[in-house]
Parts: sequence; structure tokens; C-alpha cells
Amino acid sequence: MTIMKIKWAGLLAVTLVPIMAVADQTYDVLSQSMRAKNSVSMDRLTQDSLQAYCSKPRDEANYSTAAAIRESRLAAIAMPADGVFVGDWRQGHDVANNGRGLQYSDDPSQPNGGNCYACHQLDPREVAYGTIGPSLTNYGARGQSDVMLRYTWTKIWDTHAYNVCSHMPRFGAQGILTEQQIKDVMAYLMDPDSPVNRPVEE
Amino acid sequence: MTTRKVLIAALAVVVPIASAVADGGVFDEYREMMGDDNPAIFVIEEGEEFWLQELGPKQVSLETCDLGLGPGVVAGAYAQLPRYFADTDQVMDLESRLVHCMVELQGRDPEDVHAKPYSLRGDMGTEIEALAAWIADQSSGVPIAPGQDQPQERAMYDLGEQLFYYRAGPHDFSCATCHGQDGARIRLQALGNLAKHEDAASAYASWPAYRISEGVVRTMGWRMRDCFRQQRLPELIMGSEASVALQMYLAVNAAGAPMSAPGLKR
Ligand code: HEC
Ligand code: HEC
Repeated sequence: MTIMKIKWAGLLAVTLVPIMAVADQTYDVLSQSMRAKNSVSMDRLTQDSLQAYCSKPRDEANYSTAAAIRESRLAAIAMPADGVFVGDWRQGHDVANNGRGLQYSDDPSQPNGGNCYACHQLDPREVAYGTIGPSLTNYGARGQSDVMLRYTWTKIWDTHAYNVCSHMPRFGAQGILTEQQIKDVMAYLMDPDSPVNRPVEE
Repeated sequence: MTTRKVLIAALAVVVPIASAVADGGVFDEYREMMGDDNPAIFVIEEGEEFWLQELGPKQVSLETCDLGLGPGVVAGAYAQLPRYFADTDQVMDLESRLVHCMVELQGRDPEDVHAKPYSLRGDMGTEIEALAAWIADQSSGVPIAPGQDQPQERAMYDLGEQLFYYRAGPHDFSCATCHGQDGARIRLQALGNLAKHEDAASAYASWPAYRISEGVVRTMGWRMRDCFRQQRLPELIMGSEASVALQMYLAVNAAGAPMSAPGLKR
């Protein structure tokens, strides 16, 4: 551990103690109010430090803690092993459209979806898009520079590395999507041929 | 079966396929065709029959069940739940109170009552669903006024608020992820900012509700369970402390608005 890392860990420990006390009580109630079902076990209720920090009802932001979390998330990003960031946008379309995965009603033998359309506009021809996140239509116009590739990969892998307490899931860090699925969804966002980047014909 | 019941049954089969594509469309046409008629009216009738039926080892009806306004008083009772009950020393919602009456008055086995509180897709509705529809209907137009005088009731609200923001599971979701912004939607389904009065009021006042896509009446407790499913968490137990606390949180946020349940949902 570097000195910086020790400092962050210390900060995290001190600031998370009071938060943890309330969270423990909430956890106890939840664990007595639920039962495991199919592939979903009770350990889903246990919070990691990020989840505990991001569960406060009213925004009592603690900036030093947020900075420490951001740094630790950034340090944990796994860039693609072979250095290739983009896959096949056609496969990426399926990942973006599929809202299933990890619910007790889902078949665990099927691949998880990214459910991007629940929160984002992507292909401008798709009317059934959600608005929890910003529109990503024409995302490819930002180009495919090394910076854009790394930025976008990081957002999908673990957006908290930039934006602590974002409501977007940590698709890579939490193992929701595979590396290949993330490459494919990267292509869906960035490939000039992807419908995300093709304007609607007048 | 009346023609209308056949029609409803037919729609219940057709509609889920369409719902995979989008909201709107078929549902709007259906609502237009039904006018002010909500198929829940049949379920309301059934609920009253259940209330009067002599059931359980003791073969008594629920007619002396106290929902908070005194034994047997149903008019306006839904609107003042959840609330603290001295006899159980607990804050209870409609479902936990009904279970209590079934066990205490009718002598029924709590495990039986809990075995299948909510119908599965394609089933006939359950006793709890029918009772909830009738009891909520008996509060139509009555302002939402859950108990907040007792310390236990206020503690329940605070717990509900903590739960609303509790992030967990592989997706890090809390209720607030989906219901914490004004005007946001998932796909085409409006979500509402349930921390705010207006949105909490229109949501809370309309449950229990007839779900067109499932052809049954669903309770607010079921709504909590199904949202926890989407949150990727385990299954919520009917009438549990977390279920009561979240309903208390929503009811207090909605307080003052008139009940208009059973509602009609996609
Ligand atoms: C539950 C909601 C939710 C889901 C599901 C979701 N996102 Fe997001 N996304 C957000 C929010 C909120 C933001 C803005 C805050 C932030 O940047 O973290 C965002 C931001 C982004 C950004 C950065 C946008 C910019 O302008 O820089 C990208 C890229 C992105 N999301 C891609 C995706 C992809 C790809 C998926 C599916 C694999 C996805 N998102 C699924 C909520 C979501
Ligand atoms: C991943 C997204 C998501 C999460 C997390 C979530 N919900 Fe929902 N919720 C929805 C959707 C989508 C609907 C609309 C469903 C429909 O139209 O069938 C909904 C509907 C509701 C409604 C009914 C609103 C109305 O006007 O009829 C209530 C109340 C509600 N949710 C409360 C909650 C609570 C409390 C939690 C946390 C325990 C929660 N939700 C968590 C997505 C979510």
C-alpha cells in the first residue's frame, strides 16, 4: 500500500462509521422482511462501502470521502486485456435492449442484459427509451480517440470512478456484463455504422 | 360468464404480448373502451363476500375485525393505514392486519394464510387481493391520513425513508434510483418522484389497482414486492416490517390527497 492509499482507507473508515450504524439497522429489518428466492440469496442485502455511502436520504455529501471513493474506484478499473475496446455493434444492440438478468424471475443460464434503454435514449428510431440518464443518441460524434475509448469504458465499467453515487450500475466492476458484452455495447455507442449514430431519414 | 367477463379474460391473454412493445396503444384503446368501468368492480364484490364468509376452524367471518376505526368499521379504514395497533403493539398495514384477524378471529394457520397471498400470472385473484380491493373502495374520496401521532408510527416513517434510499444488490439500485427524479421514466413507464407529495399522492391513492396486463387486482404490498424484484433483491414477505415501513413512507408523503382505489394500471 502506498501512503496515499493508507490515507484514503483511514478516511473511509472514519467517515463511514456513523453511516454504517443506521445502515445496520436497515439491513436487519430487510433481512427479517425477505426470503431468498431462486438464484437470489440473502447476501444481496449486504452493502459494500460505496453502497453504504450512497444511501443517505438527504444529500449530506462528504467531499473528502467522495474523493477517496472516486480514487479507489478508478484504481480498480480493468481496461480490456487485449487493448481492443470495441466489438460488434449488432451484438451490442442486444445487450442494450435486454433488461433481464439477476432478478429472481430470470433464468440464470441466459446472459445478463445491460438494459441501457431503461435509462438512455440511443437509436433515435427507438421510442421506448427511459430518461433516468442522459440521451446517448449520436454518441459516436465524439470520435474514437484513446481518451474517448478509455472514458466510455470507465463509465460502463464503473461510473463512480468519475461520478460518485451515480445511479448507473457498475456493469464491469459488479460482473453484470462480460468484457465481450462491454466491447459490443461500446461499438453500439461509438461505431459510425451503429443506428445510434445514423440520423433518422426525413 | 357475462360478455364483459369474457372480454376481460380475452384481453388479459392478448395484452401481455403487446406490453413487450410499448405502453400506450392497446392500453389506451382498452381504457377508452371500458370508459369509467374498471374490471375491479367484480373483485370488489368478491371481497365483500370474503369479508362476510365464515371461514377457518372457528367458522367466523371477518365482520368483527378491527382495521383501526373499531371492530367491523370498514368505511374510511384503508385511508388511515398504516397505523399503530395497541393489541399487537405493532404498526400494521392492511395486509398484516388482515392476516392478524384471520389468525386471531378465524383461527387460521398463519402459514396457510401466507402460502400464496398474491396470485400468479394467469391465476384467479386471491382472497387478500379481493379483500384489499373492497376495503380500499370503501375509502374512496377519503383523504389519506396514516397514523403519525404515536412514536412507533413516526419511527416507521423514518425507517421507510431509510429503506427508500438503501442501495444494495449487483445493480446498486434503491427505490430512489427509479423514483427519485421528477418526470423520469423507464422505457415508456412513468416512475414519479415518490419523495414528493404530488407524485406520492397520485401513486398511493390509486393502489390497490387492477392490472390490465395481468388481469387481477394487485395490492400496494405486491407493488413493493415487485419493485424489490426489479431491484435484484430477495422476495419481500407480505406484511413484513419493510413492507409496512415503505407503505408508511409513501402514505405520509401522500397525506391529504383523497383515495381513489382500486385504480386501473397497464
Ligand atoms: C439505472 C439507470 C442506468 C442504466 C441502466 C444505464 N445508465 Fe448510463 N447513465 C445513467 C446516468 C444517471 C448517467 C449520468 C450520470 C453518470 O455519468 O454517471 C449515465 C451516464 C452514462 C454515460 C456517460 C454519458 C456522457 O455524456 O458522458 C454513458 C456512456 C452511459 N451512461 C452508457 C450506458 C450504457 C452503455 C448502459 C448499458 C450497458 C447504461 N449506460 C445503462 C444511468 C443509467
Ligand atoms: C429498477 C427500477 C425500479 C426500482 C429499483 C423500483 N421501482 Fe417502483 N416502479 C418501477 C416501474 C418501472 C414502475 C411502473 C411499473 C408498471 O407500470 O407496471 C414502478 C411502480 C411503482 C409504484 C406505483 C406507481 C404508480 O403510480 O402506480 C410504486 C408506489 C413504486 N414503484 C414504489 C417503489 C418502491 C417503494 C421501491 C423500492 C422498494 C421501488 N419502487 C423500486 C421501477 C422501479
